Amino acid sequence: MANMPKDAGKEATQVKGWFSAHKWLILRRFSQLGILAAFVAGPWLDLWIVKGNLASSLTLETLPLTDPYILLQAMVSGVTPEQTALLGAAIVLVFYALVGGRVYCSWVCPVNMVTDTASWLRRKLGIRGSSHASRSTRYWLLALTLILPLITGGIVWELVNPVSIMFRGIVFGMGLAWVLVLAVFLFDLLVSRDGWCGHYCPVGAFYSLLSTRAIIRVTATNREACDDCMDCFNVCPEPQVIKPALKGAAKGISPIISANQCTNCGRCIDVCAVKVFQFGNRYSTESKGGIQPAKDYSKPTV
Amino acid sequence: MAKSDKNAKAVNRRQFLTTTLKTACSVGLMGVGLGFYTQRANALPPMAIRPPGALPEEDFLGACIRCGLCVRDCPYDILFLGQLGDDIPSGSPYFIARTGPCEMCEDIPCVAACPTNALDHSLQDIEKARMGLAVVVDQENCIAFQGLRCEVCFNVCPLRDKAITLDLQHNRRSGKHALFIPVVHSDACTGCGLCEKACILEKAAIKVFPKQLAKGELGHHYRFGWQEKEKAGKSLVTPDVKHQYNLPEGVRYDLQGEGLIIDKKAPDTPFSSNPLDTLNRKSEEN
Repeated sequence: MANMPKDAGKEATQVKGWFSAHKWLILRRFSQLGILAAFVAGPWLDLWIVKGNLASSLTLETLPLTDPYILLQAMVSGVTPEQTALLGAAIVLVFYALVGGRVYCSWVCPVNMVTDTASWLRRKLGIRGSSHASRSTRYWLLALTLILPLITGGIVWELVNPVSIMFRGIVFGMGLAWVLVLAVFLFDLLVSRDGWCGHYCPVGAFYSLLSTRAIIRVTATNREACDDCMDCFNVCPEPQVIKPALKGAAKGISPIISANQCTNCGRCIDVCAVKVFQFGNRYSTESKGGIQPAKDYSKPTV
Repeated sequence: MAKSDKNAKAVNRRQFLTTTLKTACSVGLMGVGLGFYTQRANALPPMAIRPPGALPEEDFLGACIRCGLCVRDCPYDILFLGQLGDDIPSGSPYFIARTGPCEMCEDIPCVAACPTNALDHSLQDIEKARMGLAVVVDQENCIAFQGLRCEVCFNVCPLRDKAITLDLQHNRRSGKHALFIPVVHSDACTGCGLCEKACILEKAAIKVFPKQLAKGELGHHYRFGWQEKEKAGKSLVTPDVKHQYNLPEGVRYDLQGEGLIIDKKAPDTPFSSNPLDTLNRKSEEN
């Protein structure tokens, strides 16, 4: 019954129609490109909606938003930020704590479009081999990027961070940033499946820590309908988060995908022909399987 | 049953330690690499000048989150963010004085825009900014040193006659004209770079450099005597003993003035002090 990785979503398209099978993907691309468009409208069209970049921005001259991860690195290196920066970071923290930290990854981050493309091409070309780095490497890297400013006194990660370099490249001028983006693309395509976002990116690691109590979660509400086609596992950038929710009915595990590594991208909802998944909230009780308090299965079993 | 299932799935201690160590080592190695890369990548080329109020470079690189809000709020669009592949630390703001100097806005919008105090908000008066220091680097090509009238740098300076003054010197070539030599004073120069922009040469003879490149430093033990004297209100070394000349009574010697001074009239001698008297004496007798 299991489908080939390259056919992921094919069945859903046949059953539900193309739009339904790509709804969340399209919405995410709208969100990602829309955010980029808002930032480049100023320099390109002299239409100043948002100034700055994802590190810190000012929307319509009033709303300050600051990346708490970058601000944290600056504070570790010993800086006392202005109140606007602290306010901006607080707004971002609260927002992602509610909707899910890694919503940043799948709905905002420009690198996501690159790695999604690599992942799609990988499926289509049937590239299988993958290096075996641990998915927790990113937390080590996160720790490293917070220790280095302490030692060197500089925000070291921002010199190489593909996320901010790509976004800044588009908004402020590319330079050789495309080389870095290409490197991430090729790495994900040829070396490691979901390599960058799923294993190494400390930005994603930081935001995943914000997801721990997030309200909006994907739930496998209709999990008994699952026909083991494997499409969701094939498209999911963090497939380890699906299994407990989808297959845990017998063990009495909640169908809510509570793992903080889930990016709330909704691709599993799109590609499922039998409509197992839907967006829900952490506290929803209307699922049909056994209900358990939300438990985090993302942590490596030790 | 459930228990054995759990055991089968659980990672054993050896595996756990190996994986953890492997990851820790690779991440550690990467950290060392990143650290060295940072040292290299953080070197700022001398022509890239930070915006006004920028903290000292090493603090700046810890404080600047590379958001580019200063770039956006600069009304003259002189600021840029370093791009990957440039010599400038990636994403950090700078300007190049020769192509776009700081116009010294009174409200300093770039500083106001900075969310992290990398551009220090305590800078309220743009004339107190110290972005760099202008230096007349090429006296061979600066036409003022050749005796030609230029003074463009002096005249465009926002702190005219304070940051740049004109020092009048004798023109030894022509023998009769003056040289109008531009002299920069570090206590007033903001490093805005308007002088460098305005310099009429193909390549500017006056350039703004980061302060640490432009300034020398006196040996810490070194004291200028006249300054110390002024501070103390008196000479700090034993005053010289006044020289005694062994001169006959009524005669003094003024070393730096008139020379020999004879106070009393010299005693009469049999001979007149006028030699003509002696020469004419015989003819008078005859």
